[in-house]
Amino acid sequence: MSSFRKVQAIAGIVCAFPSILGFFFFVLGPAIASAYFSFTRYTVIEPPEFIGFENYKALISEDLFRVSFYNTIYLTSLGVLSTIVTSLVLALLLNQKLRGISIYRTIFFVPSITPLVANAVIWTLFLNGKYGLINYVLSWFGIKGPAWLADPRWAKPALIIMGLWGIGQSIVIYLAGLQGIPLELYEAAEVDGAGIIAKFKYITWPLLSPTTFFILITSTIAHFQMFVQPYVMTQGGPADATMTYVYLLYNKAFGWFKMGEACAMAWMLFILVIVLTLLQFYFSKKWVHYEIS
Amino acid sequence: MSKKIFLFFMAYVIASILAFFFLLPLWWMISTSLKTNEQIFIFPPSWYPDPVKFSNYSEALNKIDFFRYFRNTLYITVMTLIGVFFSAPLAAYSFSRLNWKGRDFWFFTILSTMMLPPQVTMIPLYMVFSRISWVDSFKPLYIRFYFGPPYFIFLLRQYFMTIPTSFDDAAYIDGCSPYRIYWSILLPLVKPALITVAIFVFLNTWNDFINPLLYLHSPNLYTLAIALQVFKGQYEVDWSYLMAISTLMTIPVLIVFFFLQRYFIRGIVLSGIKG
Repeated sequence: MSSFRKVQAIAGIVCAFPSILGFFFFVLGPAIASAYFSFTRYTVIEPPEFIGFENYKALISEDLFRVSFYNTIYLTSLGVLSTIVTSLVLALLLNQKLRGISIYRTIFFVPSITPLVANAVIWTLFLNGKYGLINYVLSWFGIKGPAWLADPRWAKPALIIMGLWGIGQSIVIYLAGLQGIPLELYEAAEVDGAGIIAKFKYITWPLLSPTTFFILITSTIAHFQMFVQPYVMTQGGPADATMTYVYLLYNKAFGWFKMGEACAMAWMLFILVIVLTLLQFYFSKKWVHYEIS
Repeated sequence: MSKKIFLFFMAYVIASILAFFFLLPLWWMISTSLKTNEQIFIFPPSWYPDPVKFSNYSEALNKIDFFRYFRNTLYITVMTLIGVFFSAPLAAYSFSRLNWKGRDFWFFTILSTMMLPPQVTMIPLYMVFSRISWVDSFKPLYIRFYFGPPYFIFLLRQYFMTIPTSFDDAAYIDGCSPYRIYWSILLPLVKPALITVAIFVFLNTWNDFINPLLYLHSPNLYTLAIALQVFKGQYEVDWSYLMAISTLMTIPVLIVFFFLQRYFIRGIVLSGIKG
């Protein structure tokens, strides 16, 4: 028996070996290097020169950095909120026993898998102030639409609206969560005279809270990484209104060759993501219910 | 009861209105790709192309070497897939069914790296690839997947856990080695999960923008995503061409989706519910 155990132990290490190597080569090693670079002045041409916390200090007092930080927080908070609300509403709609439900599900899902660059091209035209379709649809309701991506005040809302188009995956996750709620709970509540709102408040929302929590975390992280839309659609403009954190990081590293500052930005992003996730976990104890009995 | 019928009706109406808005951008892409320039720059916009100008596609394909970029993207997808299929199920097998010292430590270590924003490792990795002259080749785009991509390890481990261990035990008693059990018994059983993984790999490669942007500089190496972006910069106002290329780029994704829909949904649910 002990030789069997030995064989298994060896096989275990052999099978996991490529992945453990991957951890050292592609994660730990580069992470340590980038932590070191973040404390250096590094322009690729010359070797890195240690400067302590200078990069971090310089970034925090830099206007463009602050703008990108503000933009990212704006896009993330409103983007995540609208993602959760809209995908929950759509999932609730789809969860009614409607005929042809799978067609609707497909329609809502497909935009979330179409290539992001193609989406960006479509939406650049779609959001065009002069001959874009959005403003035309708005004009049906007597609203004169803004110039969207060309207007510093409306560029960020435009990206959030575009983001709503791609929430198909959240809808599918919510639908799976909804289908996990026992129907007897609703029947019992109906016997007690509960209406739609009461049923949502006391059954659906609490029992969906782990799903909401999952979407909250993953969606927050995804929003923090926003890069393709500003790169393809606006180049961070107008007036830096869509300069996102990761787009600025990319520019610092590969546009302006400030590798040290870019690494410092990456580490600040990491710390921010960790802090936010821990905060969300902490507050989740107050509203996420894991027990289903 | 009539209240219930009314609610049903309302659900239909709302779902239909929203479905209309969800379909609109895709319809706009297709219809613009078939319009003449005069039709694009008018207000109010016209809902459908009239006349239908199919030659936009052949003209766009003359301006951009679509099939080369298609091949490049496909090549990266296949090379990534080989790497994922080699390393991820193997690690998932080890982390879910083999007992060895430090197993859980390594699993959670590898899992926790998913929290690390890719930007943290991006710059040092670029330096390394640049030093070994891999920049401007496809290798940096897929090599990482030969060394256990955490997300796919996690996804496959979840799937391995659903298979009863009595399968392994019976095979052990018959004298099978752990490798044999993996290859002959378990791998065939997780085939549905492998299809899900393949779909995700395909989607990620088709969608990936920042990595090809970093590593592919020669125009003949571009992926579809990069080519479309460059094309957009050159032909900013030729919307019909841009939309034609966007349509051609989207079609493979739609085809894969329609044939493998249930694997898609299952994969998303699998990673969502148990995450």
